[in-house]
Amino acid sequence: MLAIKLAYRNLIGAGLRTWLNVLVLSFSFLIIIWNRGIINGWDRQARNDTKNQEIGGGQYWHENYDPYDPFTLADAHGIIHEKLQEKTNYAPVLITQATIYPGGRVQSILLKGIEPDQKILTIPTESLKSDIEEIPVMLGSRMAENNKLKIGDFVTVRWRDANGTFDAADAQVVHIFKTDVPTIDNGQMWVPLQRLQKMMQMDGEATLVVVNQEITSAPDLPHWVFKDHDILLKDFAELIKMKYVGGYIMWFILLLLAWIAIFDTQVLSIFRRQKEIGTDIALGMTRGQVIRLFTVEGAMHGILAAILAAIYGGPLLYLQAVKGMSMPEGTDDMGIAIAETIYPYYSVGLVVVTALIVLITTTIVSFLPTRRISKMNPTDAIRGKIQ
Amino acid sequence: MKKIIAFGILILFSSLLMAQTPSAEEILNKIDENMVFDQAISKSKMIIHGRIGDRTIESKSWSKGNDLAMVEYLSPPREAGTKMLKTADKLWIYTPEPTDRIITISGHLLRQSVMGSDLSYEDITDNSSMIESYNAEILGTETIRDRECWVLELTAKKDDISYYSRKIWVDTERLLPLKEERFAKSGKLLKKTEILEVFKQDGRWYPRHMIFKDMLSRGKGTEYFIESIDFNVDIPEYKFTKAALRR
Repeated sequence: MLAIKLAYRNLIGAGLRTWLNVLVLSFSFLIIIWNRGIINGWDRQARNDTKNQEIGGGQYWHENYDPYDPFTLADAHGIIHEKLQEKTNYAPVLITQATIYPGGRVQSILLKGIEPDQKILTIPTESLKSDIEEIPVMLGSRMAENNKLKIGDFVTVRWRDANGTFDAADAQVVHIFKTDVPTIDNGQMWVPLQRLQKMMQMDGEATLVVVNQEITSAPDLPHWVFKDHDILLKDFAELIKMKYVGGYIMWFILLLLAWIAIFDTQVLSIFRRQKEIGTDIALGMTRGQVIRLFTVEGAMHGILAAILAAIYGGPLLYLQAVKGMSMPEGTDDMGIAIAETIYPYYSVGLVVVTALIVLITTTIVSFLPTRRISKMNPTDAIRGKIQ
Repeated sequence: MKKIIAFGILILFSSLLMAQTPSAEEILNKIDENMVFDQAISKSKMIIHGRIGDRTIESKSWSKGNDLAMVEYLSPPREAGTKMLKTADKLWIYTPEPTDRIITISGHLLRQSVMGSDLSYEDITDNSSMIESYNAEILGTETIRDRECWVLELTAKKDDISYYSRKIWVDTERLLPLKEERFAKSGKLLKKTEILEVFKQDGRWYPRHMIFKDMLSRGKGTEYFIESIDFNVDIPEYKFTKAALRR
């Protein structure tokens, strides 16, 4: 307790030097929490959006379907299993490759057929309920922008049916939707399932079936393989992991700056306060007690930094959690699920763990220079002899 | 009485004309005799008329039946050494050093355009028989570039034919389709081909200069020149193996 009181008094007594160190440390502390909060927020939003708009509670894939291998698409379709027919819990999707000619340019796309009245995914498929002669198509805003298509525009679509025979027809854009999930937007067009089945001569067939998020069991079915969230979100999880690693490097650099400042302060303190150290030992303090005093002084930088960060950073972080952070123009074209505005998510665990990391590392950094004290001769120290 | 005589002459004339016109199947057979070969080695040039200018690609091809084909690009220097091997429904593309890679192309990608041209990989390696693929009906006669042609409408015999229907204008003397339109199942015109120059070799007429146009795209078409072709060859089987791509 005495060490803490003394340490506090010494620290406050050091004035500006202490506050500069504390400010740098608090800044690092805040940046770590903010950075982590942004990635957490992005992760949460993207996972929710992907579940709601693309993968539901998981997907049954046709046994031949491999989204990373377009060669498999021609064979990746089959009659929907009878257990996956219930519309309230399952949304079948048929996928095929096609070519569109917007403004005479040639563009390869994926045609995705989905039931217009499905309720499993939150994409606005009801807009596909249309009795126009052309193929009603719905597309994401990136796809529409890239191909300069607007609602009401016509575009020629060419595809090959199940037998490989070319067919072509005009399609009309009936809806353009905004989504944070590029994997349901870039290079693809959504059409009514039955229309696509007819176009492809694949009646009653699908490539995959999206499962309602409320369904908890996924029985094994012949020719259909269930893919859970862990598999379907694997790429995204790896990306987030990579972002965390990138974040760690930044934190390390920031903390290193703070550690160097504290280390430097400690070395300077020990050098300048040799007489005080000698007097303390002469008055009966053991070397261990003196080391403890100096270590607590250094470690207290961490505590003060946490308090300071809470004072000026708390309101800032709160404000951003409420208002969100707008992502720069074009970020959503990178092919990864990312919202226009990210709302950072700070958990109690995040704050506690970060505070502990800062405190422990600061304590270690504070301790390292104090080991010199144990080698000091008290008499020489009182005289102020450089040791 | 005069009317009866005139009608009789008309019938007689029509019968003579019909007797001169072979059946649609015979015409397709004759076209196949010209166009389909067992084996051939050819050199060709392709001029792609793009929106930002023209590109010329020269190549040498080895073909055997409808299933086996090997194409090696000779120029431009950037493409020289690139090879394509087609076997049945698969195609491999080899790019020489520094990449030295072989990639497989199949399914939908076979229908992609070759280097931005109006020809797909399938088109460029196609050597299929018309009589085996299509039913034909003669619609009449027309003149194309001063050559008298029979106009035939072809409809696919089988389900797995790329183009459900075609309309061809066949030179009545040389039995080559001087003009061709290929249609989707919906009846939409997809591709147009014209033969602008022909030559005779080993008793068969063959196109020298053709132009292909993807009718759905805005491009200006692709010209194709056969610079030389040798039908009397015996190409060894190893030429159509993946190992031959790197040789």
